[in-house]
Amino acid sequence: MSDEVRDDGYDDFMDALEEGEPYYVECANGHASLPPRRLCPECATDDLGEAPLAETGELLTYNVTHVPTPEFADDVPFVLGIAEFGDIRLTGQVRADSEDVEVGDTVSIGTDVSETDGERYIAFDLE
Amino acid sequence: MSTPIAGVGMTKFGEMADRTGRDLFAEAGETAIEDAGIDRGEIDALYLGNFMGELSERQGHMGPLMAKMLGLDVPATRVESACASGGMAVRQGIQAVRSGSADVVLVGGVERMHNMGTTGATGGLSVAADDLWEIKHGITFPGAYALMAKRYFETHGGDREDLAEVAVKNHANAANNPLAQYQTEITIEKVLDAFPVADPLGLFDASPITDGAAAAIIVSEEYAAEHDLDAPVSITGTGQGTDDLALQHRDSITWTPATADAAEEAYADAGIDADDVDFLEVHDCFTIAEVLALEGLGLYDEGEAITAAREGETTADGELPVNLSGGLKAKGHPVGATGLAQISEMTKLFRGDHVNSDAVGDAEVGLTHNAGGTVASAVVHVLEVEQ
Repeated sequence: MSDEVRDDGYDDFMDALEEGEPYYVECANGHASLPPRRLCPECATDDLGEAPLAETGELLTYNVTHVPTPEFADDVPFVLGIAEFGDIRLTGQVRADSEDVEVGDTVSIGTDVSETDGERYIAFDLE
Repeated sequence: MSTPIAGVGMTKFGEMADRTGRDLFAEAGETAIEDAGIDRGEIDALYLGNFMGELSERQGHMGPLMAKMLGLDVPATRVESACASGGMAVRQGIQAVRSGSADVVLVGGVERMHNMGTTGATGGLSVAADDLWEIKHGITFPGAYALMAKRYFETHGGDREDLAEVAVKNHANAANNPLAQYQTEITIEKVLDAFPVADPLGLFDASPITDGAAAAIIVSEEYAAEHDLDAPVSITGTGQGTDDLALQHRDSITWTPATADAAEEAYADAGIDADDVDFLEVHDCFTIAEVLALEGLGLYDEGEAITAAREGETTADGELPVNLSGGLKAKGHPVGATGLAQISEMTKLFRGDHVNSDAVGDAEVGLTHNAGGTVASAVVHVLEVEQ
């Protein structure tokens, strides 16, 4: 809730994403998930490691958000989508004009910051 | 095991920003107690559905607060499962009755929303999503369902006009319902031309921000018989399903396994099949949600329910009427109260004291479906009437 305090696991992921080296959690049985994890959500093993996230993903769906939460009051309208990077899907804002976006587009991943409160979020760019 | 519904009550749903949650619930609870015709001293427990009292009126710990508003000194527990909070309170009440620990239970739900304003309520509702992987990146509930709708169009076909038919149908059902927030019919054009809340969903694809409360008195079969209660409608099946909070973590963006799991359990519990259902109240927080619910419940194959409203199959005079109350879409969606409003409206539809009762004159089996978030929680109840 407080943005003054880090969310361990999540903020480590966002730091890595910002540095261009995003990763995901991979268990010994090959299941993919996102941090923080103590157990694999698929098979409950605690044998977890990190694996590099695919550099590009496929946009599975998107919307054009006009009515935001208070944290994005000054950011609307924006395109929000879910993209699939190998076994991992992520939700983020597509930095493009909505008319240029289509389901199936290839996107790269990075971070951006809210114009409203300066907090970082996941951003996708069309390739 | 059957759980008779002895009485139901509901406030008018709508914009009542200055009414406190406690006052809304007291009205609904008192109406249910009067409808049941029992002495309040007979009530053994209260289960209350509420989602965001802390955010809307800085009020947690609503169980005892609401019990005392009704002059009750009984175990009182709040249940929170986002927009499914009300339905989950009903399920808790049923389990208390079935276990033998209670004979008479007041189940209720309440939500105050308009005092938060549109952006505030949008922010409040968003906390039912995953904070780390959705909210921080800009998701809203209209936005999440827009992601589902867009993917549905891509995968199965259909378009905004098909969804508009759902909104038009549910507004038509609410037109004469005195408790509904919107007692007005709308046109396809009005839906299509509305402000885009989260494209492809517009303002009229979305249920409104609503203040309101609803309640029911449920009893054991033995209590109903011993006290000769007039309780022709019973809950005969209950089921609950769970899924990932975040849409991105699901195998499919357009299939809701929590609904399917809840339905499977409820059908088995009631000893019925999906084919036995005569009419439904489903969780149409957005037009696409009604489509996904009908598929998850097994009433339509995956990818087939998009045309149900357009073809007239789910209208009041169709083969399978859906949301005769007006649904969340037009009756209104005071989040924690919605699951109870479904029970209250369906009970009256069966009993013959609802404005739309004529549409279900010979119906025997009804189903309520209440969902939380993007259906990370789902609860299904089967209701049957004595013929």
